[in-house]
Amino acid sequence: MSANTGQQHPISIYLKIWGLLFVLSTLSYLVDYFHVEGYLRWALILTLMFMKAGLIVAVFMHMMWERLALMYAILVPPLCLLVLVATMASESNYTFLTRGIFFR
Amino acid sequence: MTPSAPQPPKEPLALPGGWRGIVKDWSSDHEAFQVSWGKAMMWIFLLSDTFIFSCFLTSYMTVRMSTTAPWPDTSKVFGLKIGSVDVPLLLIAIMTFILITSSGTMAMAVNFAYRRNRKRTALLMLATALLGVSFVSMQAVEWTKLILHEGIRPWGNPLGAAQFGACFFMITGFHGAHVTIGVIYLLTVARKVLRGDYEVRGNYQIVEIAGLYWHFVDLVWVFIFALFYLW
Repeated sequence: MSANTGQQHPISIYLKIWGLLFVLSTLSYLVDYFHVEGYLRWALILTLMFMKAGLIVAVFMHMMWERLALMYAILVPPLCLLVLVATMASESNYTFLTRGIFFR
Repeated sequence: MTPSAPQPPKEPLALPGGWRGIVKDWSSDHEAFQVSWGKAMMWIFLLSDTFIFSCFLTSYMTVRMSTTAPWPDTSKVFGLKIGSVDVPLLLIAIMTFILITSSGTMAMAVNFAYRRNRKRTALLMLATALLGVSFVSMQAVEWTKLILHEGIRPWGNPLGAAQFGACFFMITGFHGAHVTIGVIYLLTVARKVLRGDYEVRGNYQIVEIAGLYWHFVDLVWVFIFALFYLW
């Protein structure tokens, strides 16, 4: 593999993404600082989290410049985790209700 | 990226068996996904690591949703007192910014590596490793505070749900171990860059591969910060 097949992009794009990550992190910190509560808090936290994760994977890890086959090979399998999260959420609700009956 | 030039057909060679065969097959420089095998392997490793951290975070979700005791208020637990003002989550916010900064310096190190600027590459990688060390040190401070002053144990704590300690030590401990390994990895590669090992082959992709690992460590922290500290 010769060196010219590596990922090379202007430094300015890294600096821009760096700044953007700083802004997004500050925003997610402010969510806690100003005690935003309830669904708005969760929605803000998750949105900011996925925006930051997306920027890191796409630009810092160069995923947006890779071939589509590699993108799918790496980004599709984690979607299985949604099934795990869904089943575990329903399981823990059941546990919670059962504990409410027997331990309270 | 542009796909690599087609390789000239290789001569058929007798494949060795046993351990030599295993080593040969794993290091045979085959390419998949039009990237070097090293990069493909790092991506596949990171994919498997994604599942490990996801299992931790999912089990954290499970115990937090199913406990009947109140969950300790992370905003207060991880707060710092500056003068007489309580600032919530301050140490964690600083750690977040440090890790993002280290990701930025690492991205620039990759850039300078492909320009064959060895000195700048090594310097930026050293800066990245230094930021990583400061991150782990802050984590050590945080652990000390929680264990000694707050009395938080993996099996219980005075603040609420007993599962809090187990989740905290498991998740942040595993992440801290990743940062520590990353620092060692970066220092090793930085030393080789400085020594000119990659100049001989003219291939600096190893810096990009090390960078992938480092950015992944930052990526995992984004999820831990949001789901464990902020939730």
